[in-house]
Amino acid sequence: MSKLLEVENLWVKFPTRNGVFDAVRGVSFSLGQERLGIVGESGSGKSMTGRAILRLIRPPGIVEADKMELEGVDLLGRSEKEMRKVRGQQISMIMQDPKFSLNPVMRVGAQIMEAYRLHYKVSKKEAKRKTIAMLEAVAIRDPERVYRMYPHEVSGGMGQRIMIAMMLIPDPKIMIADEPTSALDVSVQMQVLEIMDKLVKDRGMGLIFISHDLNLVSSFCDRVLIMYAGRVVETLPADKLHEAEHPYTRGLLNSLPRLDEPKERLDVLKRDPAWATEESVSG
Amino acid sequence: MSGIEIEGLNVWFGDYEERVDAVKNAKLSVPKGGSFGLVGESGSGKSTILRAIMGLAPTWSGKIEILDKPVENPRGRDFYRAVQMVFQDPYASLHPRHSVDQVLSETLSLHGFKDIDTRISKLLDDVGLGPSFRFRYPHQLSGGQRQRVAIARALAPEPQILLLDEPTSALDVSVQAEILNLLTDLRAEHKLTYLMVSHDLAVVGHICHDIAVMQLGEIVETLGVEDMRAMRTQHSYTKHLLESSLQSAAG
Repeated sequence: MSKLLEVENLWVKFPTRNGVFDAVRGVSFSLGQERLGIVGESGSGKSMTGRAILRLIRPPGIVEADKMELEGVDLLGRSEKEMRKVRGQQISMIMQDPKFSLNPVMRVGAQIMEAYRLHYKVSKKEAKRKTIAMLEAVAIRDPERVYRMYPHEVSGGMGQRIMIAMMLIPDPKIMIADEPTSALDVSVQMQVLEIMDKLVKDRGMGLIFISHDLNLVSSFCDRVLIMYAGRVVETLPADKLHEAEHPYTRGLLNSLPRLDEPKERLDVLKRDPAWATEESVSG
Repeated sequence: MSGIEIEGLNVWFGDYEERVDAVKNAKLSVPKGGSFGLVGESGSGKSTILRAIMGLAPTWSGKIEILDKPVENPRGRDFYRAVQMVFQDPYASLHPRHSVDQVLSETLSLHGFKDIDTRISKLLDDVGLGPSFRFRYPHQLSGGQRQRVAIARALAPEPQILLLDEPTSALDVSVQAEILNLLTDLRAEHKLTYLMVSHDLAVVGHICHDIAVMQLGEIVETLGVEDMRAMRTQHSYTKHLLESSLQSAAG
């Protein structure tokens, strides 16, 4: 399996008045043409890892790594101008809430078209044709109508599919999806995931799927990294998630209420300070 | 004695061509001390039922009875002493510039309590927050701690009925377990009646004894939790919801 992305010993630091805060502490992993899940609670550094790959951490935040390579080419040393070529065209990112990620005063079609024309020199007509085709690919009925709509006129599920269309249209090699479905309904969630899954598979892309939902990740991804306090505490094949050994992962799994196994009280996660200081596992 | 009795409830927004019927002919009854869950996807009208009970949805018709008494319009102080609501998003439901102490003492003084100081310590203790949290502001609290403050505020007037609108959906699973345990304990301790809304069947199944499934503004089925676990359902939509939720749990 060819490696699309390799990350070694990634740190994200924020200097504060009380000393340096490490949001991500020595995370290493590699990504091929697969679906890699990153799970953890809020504040575990999973989103920061995703953002650090795209170098979207703004100063005073600091990103450090021994190695961060996209298909063997270094990402850390690139200038801001070069990074702009990477973002969207090679690695794209889907954010959590479509309400805040779409431009509210621009029609949906124009936004998607802009994403395409930024990376490819094509005529407007050609870009429009491509946009409509892309909207169709994310299972939007009547794409011509949606093309002319404003973001406030579409539902959350449709908004997220529009985001997916926008992120996929430049044909990136890697997609980072940061909680792409947590703002959506359960029933719409599955639909959006299926679309994302199909497109990623068809195009042979690598997917980094960031989520706090263990069940979702185990059913959707190939491999899972479990993060706690900025470290990767365990890495597992997704279908073996329920055989996880690390007490943190076990604790998370046990704290879920289950329909088939009712119990009077749920188990509450007992945090061990050692989890935060252990060495990061590479995945 | 019945806690909440609803019959033929219609809630709508807008008029004439713009009229949207959010809840259609809903019927449910929760005995005093019972716990009842409403499930369904967003837009199915489950939160709207809670809002209609609280008097937050202005246009409704039908019968709403709380503790065997029909509700008045507008709701009086006695009503809010008996019924309180916990909202979904603890990040949005607490005033950012009021400290925990201010939030709780305002509610207490509105309801005419005299021994506010001791009551605040008792409330914080009830929801598992120590006295050190008393003078903090919402931004100094984590999501789970905020939801505990929101629950403390709801408990302040010593209500008999709590309406819970997705109380854990904005929280991490580990924190969700803590809050669900807290709700279980509080119900046993204060003999509370719960009406809970959630899209998560496992959460509702954990807290509630009876469950109503809503779709497009209508209650399509009401069933007991044992029936739900055993998949004894009448309606195809309930079955669909159950299957997708069991599937994702099994991985």
